[in-house]
Amino acid sequence: MSVYQRKLLTIITETILEAALIKDIEQLGARGYTITDVRGKGDRGTRSASWDSSANIRIEIICDANICDKIVLHLKEHYYKNYAMITYILNADVLRSDKF
Amino acid sequence: MFSVDPIILFFLFGIFAGVMRTELRLPSQAYEMISILLLITIGLKGGIELAKQPFGDLLPQIAAIAAIGFITPLIAFPILRYAGRFKRADAASIAAHYGSVSVGTFAVVIAYMESRNIPYEEHMALLLVVLEIPAILVGIMLARGISKETQWGKVSHEVFLGKGVLLLVGGLLIGWMSGPTGLESIEPLFFDLFKGVLALFLLEMGVITAAQLGSLKKYGPFLVVFGVAMPIFLALISAPIGWSLGLSVGGTAIFATLVASASYIAVPAAMRISVPEANPTLSLTASLGITFPFNILMGIPLYYYFAEQAHTLLGG
Repeated sequence: MSVYQRKLLTIITETILEAALIKDIEQLGARGYTITDVRGKGDRGTRSASWDSSANIRIEIICDANICDKIVLHLKEHYYKNYAMITYILNADVLRSDKF
Repeated sequence: MFSVDPIILFFLFGIFAGVMRTELRLPSQAYEMISILLLITIGLKGGIELAKQPFGDLLPQIAAIAAIGFITPLIAFPILRYAGRFKRADAASIAAHYGSVSVGTFAVVIAYMESRNIPYEEHMALLLVVLEIPAILVGIMLARGISKETQWGKVSHEVFLGKGVLLLVGGLLIGWMSGPTGLESIEPLFFDLFKGVLALFLLEMGVITAAQLGSLKKYGPFLVVFGVAMPIFLALISAPIGWSLGLSVGGTAIFATLVASASYIAVPAAMRISVPEANPTLSLTASLGITFPFNILMGIPLYYYFAEQAHTLLGG
C-alpha cells in the first residue's frame, strides 16, 4: 500500500474565531477541515464551554507542508497575541494524495 | 408571608451550586435552546404590541433610547479610564458593555411586572433591540478611534446579525405580522412556558455568575463599586426620561432597567472580534459577576421605586 506524507495541523482556540479562521484557512489553500467543540484549561484559565464566551473549538486540517507553514505563520501573526490559541503539527500518512 | 419570586430563587440556587463547585450545569445545547426560546418570546410579545399602534408614535422613544445608547459609554469611559486606571481598550470595552443591554435582565423585569399585575408598554422589546447596538460602535471607536484597521463589515455583521439581535428582530416581525390571534396556536410553547423557561435560564445564569465571582478578588474593589453604582446612576437619570416620553410607571421602570443593565452576550462577542486586546474577563466579571446579580436581586425593585417617584414628583 502506498501512502503519502502530509501534515495534520491542529488548532485549539476560542469559538468566536470560527468564522474568521475558516475564511483564512480556505484562502491559504486548505481543501478541508474538521471542527469539534472542546473544553479544557490553559494559560488563559478554564474554558468550560458552558456558554459561548467560554467555549473552545478544535480545528483539524490535513494539508501539505507548504500550506501548513503558511497557515501557522498567518495564525501567529494575527491571533497569537490576543486570543487563546494553541497549534501543533503532526506528520500524517494519507492514502489519497489528490484529496489533501 | 414573605414571598420571593421563584425565578429569583432559581438564580440563587444556581449561584449556590456554582459556588459549591457542584456538577450542576445545563447541557450547553439546552442552554442555547432556552436562550433562543426566551429571545423569540420577548420578540413576539413586542411584535404583537407593535401591530396595535402606528410606528410613528414610537419614534421619539426609539430616538431617545438610541441616544442613551450612544451617550452611556461616553459617560462610563472616562470614569473607567481615569478613576479606575484601566487600559484604554479595557475601559472602552467595559463602557460598551454598560451602554448596551442585557436580555436576561429584561426578561426578569417583564416577569416582575407580570407577577405583580403592573401594566407596561409591551413594545419595550423594540427598545431592547435598538439599545443593543449603538454602544458597540461607540466602544470600538473609543478603543481605537475611527481607524482604518477596523473591519466595519465584519463588525456590522456581528452586530446586526448576531444571534441575539437576529432572534429578537425575527420574533418582533413574526409577532407583528401574525397579530395576537395568529399567534394563538404557538402560544403554549412561547407564552405559557415563559416563566418556566426563564427559571431554567436563571438557574444556568446563576452557575455562570458564580464562575465569574472567582475573578472578582483579582480585580479589586473598583469594579464592584462601578458595577453597582453605574446601573443605579443610569436608572436614576433614565426614570425621568421615561416619564417625559409618556411611559406608564411600569414602562418607565422597564425603560430604566434597560438602560441600567449591562450586556453579556452581544457586546462580549463584538468586542472580542473588534477590540481583541481588551481583556474579556474584566468586562464579563463586571457585567455578569456584579451588575447582573445586583439588577436581578435588588436593582429592579429599586428602579420601580425610581419610576414611581419620577411619576409622583413630575406629575402624571
